[in-house]
Amino acid sequence: MSSAEFIIQGIITAIELIAGMDPYILSIAGVSLKVSGTATFIASLTAIPLSFIISHREFWGKQKLLTLINTGMGLPSVFVGLFVFIMLVPAGPLGFLKLIFTPKAMIIAQYILVTPIITSISLAAINAVPIAIRENAYSLGGSHRDVAVVVLKEAKFGIVTSVLAGFGRAIAEVGAILIVGGNIAYTGSVGGIGEGLSYTRTLTTAITSETSSGDISVAIALGLILITINLSVNAAVSMLQGRGEERGTA
Amino acid sequence: MNKILLKILLLMLIASLFSGCIQPDAKDTPAGTLSLSTTTSTCDTDLLDVLNARFEEENNVKVLTLCQGTGKAIATGEMGAADVVLVHAPSSELEAVERGSFIDRQFVMYNYFVIIGPVSDPANVTHAASATDAFTRIADAQVPFISRGDNSGTHTKELGLWNETNITPQGAWYQSVGKGMGDTIITADIKQGYTLSDRGTYLAMKDKIELEVLFEKDKEFLYNPYHVMAVNPEKFPDVNYEMTLKYIEYLTSSEGQDLIQDYGMEEYGQALFIPANNTDEAV
Repeated sequence: MSSAEFIIQGIITAIELIAGMDPYILSIAGVSLKVSGTATFIASLTAIPLSFIISHREFWGKQKLLTLINTGMGLPSVFVGLFVFIMLVPAGPLGFLKLIFTPKAMIIAQYILVTPIITSISLAAINAVPIAIRENAYSLGGSHRDVAVVVLKEAKFGIVTSVLAGFGRAIAEVGAILIVGGNIAYTGSVGGIGEGLSYTRTLTTAITSETSSGDISVAIALGLILITINLSVNAAVSMLQGRGEERGTA
Repeated sequence: MNKILLKILLLMLIASLFSGCIQPDAKDTPAGTLSLSTTTSTCDTDLLDVLNARFEEENNVKVLTLCQGTGKAIATGEMGAADVVLVHAPSSELEAVERGSFIDRQFVMYNYFVIIGPVSDPANVTHAASATDAFTRIADAQVPFISRGDNSGTHTKELGLWNETNITPQGAWYQSVGKGMGDTIITADIKQGYTLSDRGTYLAMKDKIELEVLFEKDKEFLYNPYHVMAVNPEKFPDVNYEMTLKYIEYLTSSEGQDLIQDYGMEEYGQALFIPANNTDEAV
């Protein structure tokens, strides 16, 4: 088999698998979206209020917290995976929670990875809101809550961007979820595509295992889905940034 | 135009976020599960799909299979993160049993390791008198040898063989990849090098590679037995020991053994594994 032939054949089969809505591949994409979506959602619930507090309040250890967040942005995902693994394994301190090798363990790992990213980007967006706007809101008799709403409204493009960036990091991540999720699929049928439906197998971890076992076309199909999701998220981010800038100059 | 596109994208994202929250948690962990930690050879060959499908049906349980390689599989069991392990490195298994990590160790099946390499056979292992002779020829010829390097059963076997030859494999020709059997075979195929593989994984991947079995006749040295062991419930009370006992019984029952005996006949024209209860050699 010539090299070009094998790639073309791989891509053709991959497209057939996607077009045929192959259940194995769909279930993997589903687990990816579910795990990364939930992790991003929970991380946003922490990160957005946190960035607001950091921007608006003085408190002890604020500088340390900022350093921690900045360090957290560049955390290697395999390190987070290792950390969550030794915490959650039954022999470890949080083993009683029985979370190792479940989607929840993967959500925890991605939450740790994504929270600093969302915090940092939304903090930058909130800090960019002119002080005059905040002061005006107060002078008009607004409560803390009213002012928060005004600021969040002003910073909304940046905040949505931060959530999308977090999601983009989560969905593309492989090191942590491979370690804490175990890349598990249910029992499949012999000779079928891949294994049974996914339990903790995501687009990224499945690409590693399908490449290992030589099932290149399945790996390509998963790769095409992953890159489509990723490009959509990135396109959304750049569009939002464009709109944010327009508003900034208006 | 951009606005509409942006809205669609945002909607998609929000939908995916909520799909995460709405999905019932009950689905997270199936009612009855048995967590099996095992080697890449039993996974890559699909043997477990056959064995587990029948077991799941009969016992109303879901088997969650972690395909890890023997070293990692034993470590996973020793940390209590699996209920049962199916592995193939007797020396490591016995050490782990000795430490009290596992109980109920049972012999399930066996096959033989094979030395695979490029058809041109630059090291001439085809004419080797023994497995150690074959390894010596590879070292002398300085042709690429790809090592699992992952503390797996196959890796343990390979190191044992080098030990017998009194050669310390080192140099640019000896390359350790730290990966599973499938990856290692693919790497060897790309580099046109040699590697040690279990017969099952080689047969399962045969169509995707150009390497061939060049040496397999040394039955004594290349013997490859698989054992199943239960994670000791005294160490980890939360393991599903009851279901593990059923699983061990099933694998060693005539039902499980027959499935192992027949597996591969249709697809490869030969059995990939020989059940423990079969004492005459089929491979």
